[in-house]
Amino acid sequence: MADGMKMRTTLQGDTADVKVLMNHIMETGTRKDAKTGKLIPAHFINHIVATLNGKTVLEAQWGPAVSKNPFLGFRIKGAKAGDKLVVNAEDNKGEKLSGEATI
Amino acid sequence: MNQMRRTFLKGTGAAGTVAVAIAAGLLKPGQVLAAEWNKEAFGAKNMADAMKNLNVAGAAESKDILIKVPDIAENGVVVPVEVTSKIPGTTSIMIFVEKNASPLVAEFELSNGAEAYISTRIKMASTSHVRVAVKAGGKAYTASKEVKVTLGGCGG
Repeated sequence: MADGMKMRTTLQGDTADVKVLMNHIMETGTRKDAKTGKLIPAHFINHIVATLNGKTVLEAQWGPAVSKNPFLGFRIKGAKAGDKLVVNAEDNKGEKLSGEATI
Repeated sequence: MNQMRRTFLKGTGAAGTVAVAIAAGLLKPGQVLAAEWNKEAFGAKNMADAMKNLNVAGAAESKDILIKVPDIAENGVVVPVEVTSKIPGTTSIMIFVEKNASPLVAEFELSNGAEAYISTRIKMASTSHVRVAVKAGGKAYTASKEVKVTLGGCGG
């Protein structure tokens, strides 16, 4: 399940601080291949959904201007120890990444 | 005209499939990925179009949006950005780089207790203002901060 993603959560009071690192090239589609001179096709994560115990807490749409191996940090109020956090991401080629963590 | 018709058919087809899947109990509503990727907003070549496509055109300047970025970024490939909105009821946060070829970088929708805080890393082509727009209670607000970029992070 935990594929291509590293996640860390820390609980401060009733707020969970979530840090996610995704392993992805995030190719913009504007770079040229140094050898062939052809444009390298765009390949980037464009959808992200995070759920806490099955309830959506964050939905994001990204463009190619998010850095390579993207980092995402967010906070969830009202989270408790033991809550299950799942992050699903999908790129423009339909490839999926996911990660899960227990707070 | 043809293109519009195509987009329309594609849109209705996709929505239909999802509705059927929900009805059949295959998908829980919470698991459905966000609406179709906002191609128009991400493809917009200037700030005005990008903001219009996200319904935040004419957003009011606000001091309650805090943007944490470096004053100078040596490398535009990785510029850390932290956004905190102190506006009550913030439901979405959008990040733009005004001088990027396509200004819109990312759009976040918050729900079920997610705080109005996002931290990420973005690419910047050149020295530019990083602009943030938020939606709160049906209204749009915006703020920006300049980052000087020594080495651009888009293209070769």
